[in-house]
Amino acid sequence: MRPRRSSVARCLTVLVIGGGTTLGACRRDTARESEATLPAVGHARRTPEQLGLGHSPTAQQLAAIDIDANPAGVGLPPGQGTYAEGAAVFAQKCAFCHGPKGEGLGPYPKLVGAEPKQGFPFGRDPKIVKTIGNYWPYSTTVYDYVHRAMPFNAPGSLTPNESYALAAWLLAENEVIPRDAIMNAQTLPKVQMPARGHFVLDDRRGGQPFR
Amino acid sequence: MSDDRAITRRRAIGVAAGLVGGAVLSGEAVELLAQQGGGAAAAPAPLAPVAPADASVVPGLPSGATSIRSPFETPALTPVGVTTGSSLSPLQDFAGTITPSDLHFQRHHNGIAVIDPARYSLTIHGLVDHPLVFSLEELKRFPSVTRTHFIECSGNARAAYRTPKREMTPQDVDGLTSNSEWSGVLVSTLLKETGMKRGAKWALAEGGDAARLSRSIPVPKLLDDAIIAYAQNGEPLRMPNGYPARLLLPGYEGNMCIKWIRRIELIDQPNMSRDETSKYTDPLPNGTARQFSFVMDAKSIITSPAYPERLTAPGWWPVRGLAWSGRGKITRVDVSTDGGRSWTESELVGPVLPLAHTRFQHMWQWDGKATSIMSRAIDETGYVQPTLETFRAVRGAGTDFHFNAIRTWLVEQDGRVFFGG
Repeated sequence: MRPRRSSVARCLTVLVIGGGTTLGACRRDTARESEATLPAVGHARRTPEQLGLGHSPTAQQLAAIDIDANPAGVGLPPGQGTYAEGAAVFAQKCAFCHGPKGEGLGPYPKLVGAEPKQGFPFGRDPKIVKTIGNYWPYSTTVYDYVHRAMPFNAPGSLTPNESYALAAWLLAENEVIPRDAIMNAQTLPKVQMPARGHFVLDDRRGGQPFR
Repeated sequence: MSDDRAITRRRAIGVAAGLVGGAVLSGEAVELLAQQGGGAAAAPAPLAPVAPADASVVPGLPSGATSIRSPFETPALTPVGVTTGSSLSPLQDFAGTITPSDLHFQRHHNGIAVIDPARYSLTIHGLVDHPLVFSLEELKRFPSVTRTHFIECSGNARAAYRTPKREMTPQDVDGLTSNSEWSGVLVSTLLKETGMKRGAKWALAEGGDAARLSRSIPVPKLLDDAIIAYAQNGEPLRMPNGYPARLLLPGYEGNMCIKWIRRIELIDQPNMSRDETSKYTDPLPNGTARQFSFVMDAKSIITSPAYPERLTAPGWWPVRGLAWSGRGKITRVDVSTDGGRSWTESELVGPVLPLAHTRFQHMWQWDGKATSIMSRAIDETGYVQPTLETFRAVRGAGTDFHFNAIRTWLVEQDGRVFFGG
């Protein structure tokens, strides 16, 4: 419970903060307080740490929204897909935006491009288009993103097998994995992306120098 | 005046007054308004606004269900019709620090989600003691906070950096930032209900839109000042800004402030979602890319005079603009009216709040000569907004986000003002 400050304490505070405040000013303050006609109030009961709101989700409710997969493979579901299966899914559900070879169409981004294989010149040249092959640092992101957000006109409609197959096709077209590689919850997290080693943690801070 | 014309005017004024749907508009007021415009040629839509010569001698319009802007003021987001991309906020049309809610910038990844508040819920799960689902009503039952903060897309000013054009307005340059008074419940309050398990270092926040936009957020930020905001400038969130609830991470890049938030999963390592790997990372000239660059650096922009304004004569002119920092309060904004050779401390108009747009103003006596004007923000950490040259040297031509270099406006001898990079 918050203790009420005495008028003496407040008076001292005024002296300290105000510096030049005289005791006379303090007396006037005290006098004004005694004349105050503010209605008396009780103290609010302290709000507990927990209000007990919310309810526990069912396993089914959680499964419906817990759709992410991380680099350790946590969240990747059972299922698998091949390059050939991926090519068929891509042609049917993706190519009309991204182009038949994932080369990008209009505002829809290019997905395929293994070059440049040496260096990482993106900071120097804005014209180099970032692709899965040359820029994405984690293979599991391909599954996570495709499965959560694609296709653009029907997000969430792909089966795990279709998403694995698209990962297999996209990673092979980007020359990250061979065409005979099968993607599943075990193999996908093991795929090493070429750009992985180029990412560094934010070193900006306040103050100087500019980073 | 023909009847047709009268109807057209009546309709135009009715729409302008927000009285669509057959609401009654005083016939007398309309006729009087129409007469004041009498003699003008039959105007095709859109009509120029018409006002009586003396509004103090004619009855005014009746009130409407919502207040409307004067038809003489037409601030607008641009471009519109965007489902994946950005609509920029008209910074040049604002005074003070608060962005009108309907003019808050928008960035969508698959359109504006339409969500029934009665069916909305926020789930907090993962490395927690008690996974919980909160309805919107329940979120509102917790003690609330109300805080003024900017949200800025970290891609703001990419076009101005990569492909600057003289004919860029403040909106074109930096329109992906907005400032609002947000109300909601602290995430830390909700985490007291769920508890947290050891090992919860990050949290995946995910939207309920068609992009299911997801970002990993460090737990210390969530516990510090993160808000589940359900109100903006005194009313429920506008739909494009995340109705009925969004995450607000003061000072962090806008992309992380997940709109239409549907779940927060406490996790032991970052998820490495698309928007924290392939996007929202900053390639640098040394062949690396900076990741998890969450904080928005200090920045300022003069919003007047700016293109397409024109200084009509030499004399005193206010140089006004906005400054903000993701690291705290703005402590100083310097203005140069001689191309950066000398700088003068401007007035911070106030309120000066941490992690919020701050209005600055500098009275300038223009001598009628061509020059360029600039502003330079400094925040409470001593961070100084860098020059364009410094920015280019450190970040490189290809860097992708966090474009906060000093902006320049070129004032020509005839008073016209153009963007100078």
